[in-house]
Amino acid sequence: MKWLNRFPARAGTSYAAAALLAASLGLTACSGGSDSDGGGKAAQPAAQSEIDKAMQTPTELTFWTWVPNIQKEVDLFQQKYPAIKVKVVNAGQGTPHYTKLRTALKAGTGAPDVAQVEFQYIPTFALTKSLVDLRPYGAEALKDKFVDWTWGQVTGANGEVWAYPQDTGPMGLLYRKDIFDKHGIAPPKTWDEFAAAARKLHAADPSVFITNMAPNESGVWTGLQWQAGAKPFVNTAADSVTVTVNDETSKKLGTYWGGLVKEGVVSADPDFTDAWFQALNRGKYASWVTAAWGPVFLSGSAKSTSGKWRAAPLPQWDAGKEVSGNWGGSTSAVIAGTKNPIAAAKFAEFLNSDPESTKKFATEQFLFPATKALLADSSFTQQKPEFYGGQTVNQVFSDISQTVDTQFQWPPFLDQAVTDWNETVGKSFADKTDTNAALDQWQQRVTTYAKNQGFKVNSQ
Amino acid sequence: MTAAGPTPAGGRSRRRGPSHANSGYLFVLPFLLVFLAMLVLPLLYAAYLSLFREQLVGGTVFAGFDNYTRALGDDRLVKGVLRVARFFLLQVPIMLALSLAAALAIDSGLLRFAKVFRLGIFVPYAVPAVVATLMWGYLYGPDFGLFAQIAGKLGLDRPQFLSADHMLGSMANIVTWEFVGYNMIILYAALRAIPHDLYEAAAVDGAGSWRTAWSIKLPALRPALLLCLIFSVIGSFQLFAEPQLLQRLAPNVIDSAYTPNLYAYSLAFTGQEVNYAAAVSFLLGLVIVVASYTVLLVTNRRSRA
Repeated sequence: MKWLNRFPARAGTSYAAAALLAASLGLTACSGGSDSDGGGKAAQPAAQSEIDKAMQTPTELTFWTWVPNIQKEVDLFQQKYPAIKVKVVNAGQGTPHYTKLRTALKAGTGAPDVAQVEFQYIPTFALTKSLVDLRPYGAEALKDKFVDWTWGQVTGANGEVWAYPQDTGPMGLLYRKDIFDKHGIAPPKTWDEFAAAARKLHAADPSVFITNMAPNESGVWTGLQWQAGAKPFVNTAADSVTVTVNDETSKKLGTYWGGLVKEGVVSADPDFTDAWFQALNRGKYASWVTAAWGPVFLSGSAKSTSGKWRAAPLPQWDAGKEVSGNWGGSTSAVIAGTKNPIAAAKFAEFLNSDPESTKKFATEQFLFPATKALLADSSFTQQKPEFYGGQTVNQVFSDISQTVDTQFQWPPFLDQAVTDWNETVGKSFADKTDTNAALDQWQQRVTTYAKNQGFKVNSQ
Repeated sequence: MTAAGPTPAGGRSRRRGPSHANSGYLFVLPFLLVFLAMLVLPLLYAAYLSLFREQLVGGTVFAGFDNYTRALGDDRLVKGVLRVARFFLLQVPIMLALSLAAALAIDSGLLRFAKVFRLGIFVPYAVPAVVATLMWGYLYGPDFGLFAQIAGKLGLDRPQFLSADHMLGSMANIVTWEFVGYNMIILYAALRAIPHDLYEAAAVDGAGSWRTAWSIKLPALRPALLLCLIFSVIGSFQLFAEPQLLQRLAPNVIDSAYTPNLYAYSLAFTGQEVNYAAAVSFLLGLVIVVASYTVLLVTNRRSRA
């Protein structure tokens, strides 16, 4: 997915939004009794005969996704199940997609049968009973096909399976070998080494920073929390949430990154902007803390630096350990209210578990796989892209994927948590102010919001 | 239809049919329907919504005026309102002065390529606000923007148009660029409506063109200027597209409550707090009414004095 699935497709995108606000106020009118089934109690498992019947009945499914050229994978499904036609709709990428999905769900009409949902949004949509539990359609049998941590991401508090993982973004470090070599720096194994390298590099060449901490990219921050073992959000029950975004582990991160930014040895430019792309090409950043979709993305957007980059696992907090977090990645979820839950569930299953379909995702759309089979497939892992000097980059990230913590959870109100991060922690990087104080603010803002929304909030 | 001749009796018989007043309503009916459906009904619905509170957990409850009291004590909202008020005080005088100068210059008849000039000033108004903001955002860019590049070539410090200190001014510049032409057209049209005998009388009395501008044109422009001013109050307080787009370039300068409209938008679409957003929108409407009325009062009193 290249960077398409990276974490927060930023908040607020619609231009005609003032008008839209009025429109949406109108649309929510119908929200009253439209709580569809799905979610909550586990439904009876569908019998095989029912499934067979459903797959032979002429049916049309609507599928919202922003994966380019996904028709190729959809065609594979339609070849196998000729009775079922899938209509692919691109409803926008990230925030616009979710806004439309929410509007359709509230209106009670026009929602798709299957939709792309990024990992971090699953609890948000599960809370509003917008996703169908896939257990009755045999989802649990597929558990072992997917990388363990991805299954943790799609599983609800009561064991519900909310979606099938499609692609992932285990985090690693892409670095400029030429710059590191020039200054005699070895790829850092620990964050302490990384900090030392940051100071050394910037002192030797003030126009170069070891990396950039984007003040608008909560995805990286959350991924780093994930690696460090923090559990900022835990969904204990449907109506309660534990919020500890400023715990000791997060403060350790705050001291570390806030300190490096304040010192001026790590830059704090917004990412995915024109200026940022230019800086990558110019060699302003000697490394990029990124995810498994990063390598393909980078080779497309920093062409002039071909051959100079290498991949490595993230530096570690404890020397000798190998742990990582995740940034980005998507799933396919069946949307509540669908009239054809069986066909929809089987479509989502096929798309993301069929060997041919998943392989196409990896080789044609360059999505980083979520299935164990593909991560062990040497035709995928042994590719040697020239951009990375022939390094087997996929192998590096395939190994990293095994080290991602399986317990990490997202808040059931992601959009708000991200906005609040931008305006507290992110802002502290941009303004070079105290990041740990900002973490306390983030905690306070998220807690207030959650309480206003009726949650029982535990902040221990 | 004053001409006599063998006109069919249409004119007279029409008068005997439904009265003029009633057929008038018929003519405005299409507008009235759209007005009701697209403006009044949503407005009433928003008012209704603002009295409830829908929570992610626990559903919807009647909240009375809770949302309004919360909004009045919300310092993010208050800060936003004060910010757009500052924007109004900074931007509108400059913009109206420029529009006035341009309208007077064109009307003076002394300009050589008056039509080209008029069109040139008006063209930015035809550029959608989104495009204009993206374009200016590109020019402002601290690393790659045109101004930064020029400054770099000249060995000067790169101007930080998108920093917290200068953002409001940079936005005022965009809005001015967009709307000078629009206001100029309004003023120019008003100038064209001034009867020529006034100018002739002034000329007979020996008034030069400055004196004519001061004593005839400006007083005649007062209603048009007032109209521009009221439009500007509304426009300033509803500032949305510009900050929303520049947010991408300076995500840590423009937060989700930078302007009240932006705040209402993020409340509704990010925080799912539709009810509170409705209350905020209503309060903002109230602020605009008060501000517009104040402008009217102040200008009226001044003209009488």
